[in-house]
Amino acid sequence: MTTVVEPQEAAERKAQSAPREGSIFEHSHPGRCGYQLPALDVPERPLDSILAKSLRRNSIEGELEVSEVGVVRHFTRLSKLNVSIDAGMYPLGSCTMKHNPRINEEIARTPGFAFSHPLQPDHQVQGNLELIWNLEQTLKEIFGLPRVTLQPVAGAHGELTGIMMVRKAQEKAGNARKYILIPDSAHGTNPASAAFAGYQIKELKSNSRGTVDPATLAEAVTDEVAALMVTVPNTLGVFESEIRKFADILHAKGAYLYCDGANLNAFVGIARPGDMGIDVMHTNLHKTFSTPHGGGGPGAGPVGVSKRLVPFLPAPTVERREDGSFYLEYDHPDSIGRMRAFNGNFGVLVRALTYMRSMGPEGLRRIAELAVLNANYIRARLKGSYYLPYDAPSLHEVVFSDKLQSAQEVHTLDVAKRLMDYGFHPPTIYFPLIVSGALMIEPTESEPKEELDSFCEAMLAIAREVKERPELVRTAPHTTPVRRLDEARAARNPILRWQK
Amino acid sequence: MSNLPETRTHRYIPNASEDVREMLEVIGVPSIDRLFDSIPAEVKLDRLLDVPGPWSEIESRRWFRALASRNATAVDHASFLGGGAYAHYQPACIDQLLLRGEFLTAYTPYQPEVSQGTLQSIFEYQTHQCLLTGLDVANASLYDGSTALCEAILLAERLVKGKKKVIVAKSIHPQYIETVRTYVQNLGIELVEVGWTADGRIDTAALRQACGGDVFAVAVQSPNFLGVIEDYEAIAAASGSITRIAVVAEATSLGIVAPPGEHGFDICVGEGQAWGVPTSFGGPYVGFMVVRDALKRYMPGRLVGETVDVDGRRAYVLTLATREQHIRRGKATSNICTNEALIALAANMYLSLMGKEGLREVAEQCLQKTNYLREKLRGIGSVKLPFSGPVYNEFVVRTPFPATEILGDLEHEKILGGIPLGRFYSGHDNEFLVAVTELNTREQMDHYAAALNAAISRERR
Repeated sequence: MTTVVEPQEAAERKAQSAPREGSIFEHSHPGRCGYQLPALDVPERPLDSILAKSLRRNSIEGELEVSEVGVVRHFTRLSKLNVSIDAGMYPLGSCTMKHNPRINEEIARTPGFAFSHPLQPDHQVQGNLELIWNLEQTLKEIFGLPRVTLQPVAGAHGELTGIMMVRKAQEKAGNARKYILIPDSAHGTNPASAAFAGYQIKELKSNSRGTVDPATLAEAVTDEVAALMVTVPNTLGVFESEIRKFADILHAKGAYLYCDGANLNAFVGIARPGDMGIDVMHTNLHKTFSTPHGGGGPGAGPVGVSKRLVPFLPAPTVERREDGSFYLEYDHPDSIGRMRAFNGNFGVLVRALTYMRSMGPEGLRRIAELAVLNANYIRARLKGSYYLPYDAPSLHEVVFSDKLQSAQEVHTLDVAKRLMDYGFHPPTIYFPLIVSGALMIEPTESEPKEELDSFCEAMLAIAREVKERPELVRTAPHTTPVRRLDEARAARNPILRWQK
Repeated sequence: MSNLPETRTHRYIPNASEDVREMLEVIGVPSIDRLFDSIPAEVKLDRLLDVPGPWSEIESRRWFRALASRNATAVDHASFLGGGAYAHYQPACIDQLLLRGEFLTAYTPYQPEVSQGTLQSIFEYQTHQCLLTGLDVANASLYDGSTALCEAILLAERLVKGKKKVIVAKSIHPQYIETVRTYVQNLGIELVEVGWTADGRIDTAALRQACGGDVFAVAVQSPNFLGVIEDYEAIAAASGSITRIAVVAEATSLGIVAPPGEHGFDICVGEGQAWGVPTSFGGPYVGFMVVRDALKRYMPGRLVGETVDVDGRRAYVLTLATREQHIRRGKATSNICTNEALIALAANMYLSLMGKEGLREVAEQCLQKTNYLREKLRGIGSVKLPFSGPVYNEFVVRTPFPATEILGDLEHEKILGGIPLGRFYSGHDNEFLVAVTELNTREQMDHYAAALNAAISRERR
């Protein structure tokens, strides 16, 4: 466990060795250079004869002159200002920050993959097409759904894809309908994606367990409702045990059941969305299937669909001929169209399939088992010291609140910041919105017991500090490269680029 | 819950049976199965998934390398493929730095105190984008060039209530246009395509005519899909006061082509792949968006701003977040959450290494070499260069024979000779798009010209 540093000591220590790094734009010196190209090997023609001056620019004012040494040191120093899953537990709820195996990185860099071009004819990229086809087969089995598109490049992109397919199917049936139902505990991308597909949102209130009540749903589903978007398990980590009923209620009215599969880590290999009556589901390969988050992306958001929605999948699809060769099929007259140029985030797909093969059938199931065990262990250890607003059994994540700390005028934000002093990235905070002052903890299966114990001890120590020395918590963090930021100032007078 | 055997430990999942036992005791349940009681039995899987594995790294290498070897790529061919994805020089240190776990395995920088590395890098990336495009505010990245164009059109539509038509040049990357059609199909936005003239540039007379009362924006690509550099000033003059969107699908062109922000354009979006990112069969790439200052609060995606911490030290933070889905939900400027942060970081590294001189030299080499090959091919009898406008690093070639056959012949010579246009535009079956970058040598280009000459002779027989 990280030694707890007292604020004063921390300030002194920082004064000595503050990990700071100036802007790359401050490292520029006239005449320095960080690259070399081979000399031009064709006869040089006067520029004016090949591109008129009026179409050209002068040299790029303000661009850099930095050596390779300067660039390498700059980015190495910047990297040291980050915490990461490589360095320790990063228990962001809903984000599934698990170990990112390096074999995935190596395989994605195989030259035959990395240097293949997206517009090559099918016969030149049989390896790629076979890989994509195999990934689809594997996801089909995991989802229990008959087809999966790999075109979407993020979870929200997958949501948009899925809801657009629903819309197209409803249109084809004669009425696109007006509304998407979304529980109040949902991710913000759900309503945003539904709006982008041309729908209005109707919010469903969660019941006392934090889940959707079938009676509430039945009342809300009218002939103008296109679908329900529900996260399984929901953002409290609670499984929607009535999911089959949801499907029946929706299907009886000609509506669809959309599943936000961001939390697949809780049940991969244990249960399958297709068996729950789900019609369409996206998942995030950068969550359950270990591709690195990279500071915010890239990701991939494959979408699986039930039989009724197959005709509406984005084109092209990858198909296999009887002779075992593969091709891109563009002939899908009812397709919603193309969601992105080229073939999706192929490099991310390679990493995810590598991971699925590394895990195998037992390993995939063990992900969910151990992720759920780890989260419940944290729940058991912290319950009592932190308030548990919903007591229903939870799976891969647990949501506490700051109710017990608020009496001391210490809030979720303070607890999160103080955790940084103990060497941990904070959990997701103030989400889901149905919990006031939420602390949403998702450890994933990657954490060994001793790391979980360290985390719990840090959380318990903070709970004690809140009682004994609340100011220490309110002013945290004390040991990070910078302390709390003036975020209001950033928004009031936005400075969005470096300037001299 | 089931008769499934207990799962075994795995190298990625540390806790073993001893740990599990201790943890179950603390939780107070007899087995892991009991933790899943909330999942109804009727939806539980009573078997293991039917998927291959588990594979050791040795087995994974074997299988995936065998697959990769079944691709014919730039690894063992001379490649002249472009069309929105370009092979450029990739400085070695970039990939090494990207593999630092502190960058690779960090999340979105929602907690700024422990994410200054990512935040500062995005701030620097934003600065590069502004310098390159001549515009004021760049976001932290979008998925790619095609979706960036979608977002730009939706942004422009938000600026003027009630107008529903957008003009798109037909010479924008056809897959970008397809993507836009998908995105706008439920939003009541109508696309009006304007074609090109004999020089391969947008037909400005038709553009002027199309700019009616219901049009809110015009989008053009330069260099366009035919490789031709558009005349921004002429387009600005022909399109009155509507919002102008420039698409840059070949980002290194910004090293020499006049920046759209200085020639009457309000929004520049594009594909940053050309900044040293592997072509990787289409992704991950990085979409960029840069806008005039007045549009910044309408931007989609994340923005990083500078501020200070409580001790007055300079620091960076995600800002103007009230535009975004996690705050504004159904009324957000976009549904985007995950973006392409790591690729934006790679782009920042590339732009920093190449710098003022390097960006210029890459662009000049592309321009010189492209013109070398273009003149060389022009000299081959029966080869036509159908478009007379100025090009950067790509141009269209027409022969009397189907492009797929000619390119098939070139493949036998270990040349990936271009992209057939027939699959994008009907009636263009004999044309293909040829791209040249600083990676192509004179020897490759001479070989290309000879092979093309031979292919045409062969087809003639």
